[in-house]
Amino acid sequence: MRTNLRFRPVAVIGAGMTPFRRRMLDTPQELAWEASRRALDEAGLELRDVDCVVIGSAPDAFDGVHMKGEYLAHGAGGVRKPVSRVYVGGATGVMTAISAWYHVASGLCQKVLAVAEEKMSPGRPHPQSVFRYIWDPITEKPLNPNLIWIFAMEMHRYMNVNRVSKEDIALVSVKNKRNAKKNQYSQLGGDITVDDVLKSEVLVWPVQLLDVSPVSDGAAAMVLVSGDIARRYTDTPIWVEGVGWTLDNTSWPGRELAYPRYLENAARMAYKMAGIERPQKEIDVVEPYDPFDYKELHHLEGLLLAKKGEAPTLMREGFFDVDGEIPSSPSGGLLGVGNPIAAAGLMKTISIYWQLKGTAGGMQVKKSVHTGVAQAWGDLMQASTVIVMRN
Amino acid sequence: MISVTVHPLKEEDLKRHPVVEDKPKARYSYTAGQALSVFLNGLKEGKILGRKCTKCGRIYVPPRMYCEDCFVPTSLWVEVKDEGVVMTAVASFISWTRERLDHPEIVGTIRLFPSTARDYVYPGLFHRICCSYEDVRNMTIFGKIVKARWKPREERTGSINDIECFEVV
Repeated sequence: MRTNLRFRPVAVIGAGMTPFRRRMLDTPQELAWEASRRALDEAGLELRDVDCVVIGSAPDAFDGVHMKGEYLAHGAGGVRKPVSRVYVGGATGVMTAISAWYHVASGLCQKVLAVAEEKMSPGRPHPQSVFRYIWDPITEKPLNPNLIWIFAMEMHRYMNVNRVSKEDIALVSVKNKRNAKKNQYSQLGGDITVDDVLKSEVLVWPVQLLDVSPVSDGAAAMVLVSGDIARRYTDTPIWVEGVGWTLDNTSWPGRELAYPRYLENAARMAYKMAGIERPQKEIDVVEPYDPFDYKELHHLEGLLLAKKGEAPTLMREGFFDVDGEIPSSPSGGLLGVGNPIAAAGLMKTISIYWQLKGTAGGMQVKKSVHTGVAQAWGDLMQASTVIVMRN
Repeated sequence: MISVTVHPLKEEDLKRHPVVEDKPKARYSYTAGQALSVFLNGLKEGKILGRKCTKCGRIYVPPRMYCEDCFVPTSLWVEVKDEGVVMTAVASFISWTRERLDHPEIVGTIRLFPSTARDYVYPGLFHRICCSYEDVRNMTIFGKIVKARWKPREERTGSINDIECFEVV
């Protein structure tokens, strides 16, 4: 049963993004402008048609500019318009689309431009060190943690509880970098083997270099409009049918890390709204958040597309390949396309939009698709955002 | 191909690779707060203190002054054991600034007693674990019962580092 009937219908009519690269010589504002202009062009709108702007960007510390929402506003077309910035860590990208959705669904705005930007490269000596300030200052920071520790801990717990091998996890990296070859925006597409992953530099065992997405700069943008007017601009609007997001506590050392319950809650919220009762049967294509390769498996389970501990088996059998039952990360994901945090999440949403519209070009999956899901995740194993779209 | 109007670094720029040594200059004087101040004083005494919600029974370590589920004050100080089970452990070959380390640093999370294997949330600490890289690599450290190795009393300062590490008993 669908529960989204009390909201105004919302459609996506355009999207655009910049290529993702290790270091861009453009400012964050210039990147945001580039993506916004491309999204407006695809939608056939001009800035004067846009009622509200939603900006998504992760910690200010990456770009090295405080008040990043305000800073990005003019590149994102927000001057003299109602602008809001959303931020839920790594989950920000999909949250930007969700926030744009409720701006329209509530009836407040008719046409919304959603823009996400991240420039990871300025941080010195390495963007890694900026993550120092996400830890609890009293109980965690004195141990000098780095960001990869926490992922390694979750990955090892997931491997231990579900008896998953490093080889099975490496298959995700191989698949996503292969898919990214077809994506003209990608930073790290290519053919690698499981062996390459297993022989790459050990960062924090069990995490190795090729298990991780790269540092990237980039921006992405999307135009969402009220259902009443969507067909003025396009014959093929893509409908946002369900959204969900939840947060867990910061006490990750006192929580079971093998399964993301906060993601299951977010997914159930979105599926209920979209009327999805059997996710594995009803969802045709999925973009789970994959900053690390095991994360895609972890998230496929949290999205209820695989039973607990079964995602690696399905992955091995090709269930999630581009020509499989439910293609997963057909864009190449963060591992292949790059990980400018907020922009990466919105890139995932845009990938589903292009798949449903049939304009994904080389990335287009073989099967016909009707329902797609994008998901992002972030903070200290805390936040998840899920969006369901249909054509 | 898309017309690139944004500008990535050129190949030759990527080959020139200067090393910049720097540390962020931001300095903060954090407040430990009501609950953690007592917790830190407890560490000085060699005790791990937690707060218990008398409504739902959940024990918070590190302590909180309120229960996040019931949203009422936690009203009881309890001492938990400095013993627990290793939930996960990893071996880090990089520092927090991503410099290479010769000897891996081993850290993980510990589910402290009293708690059971069926708990989704439990009193837990993130800390160093004194074991070999091999123990982490072949996962033998998982599920082992470990105990805090405390610094000598006179060297304790009321910090999470008053515990040197957790080691297998």
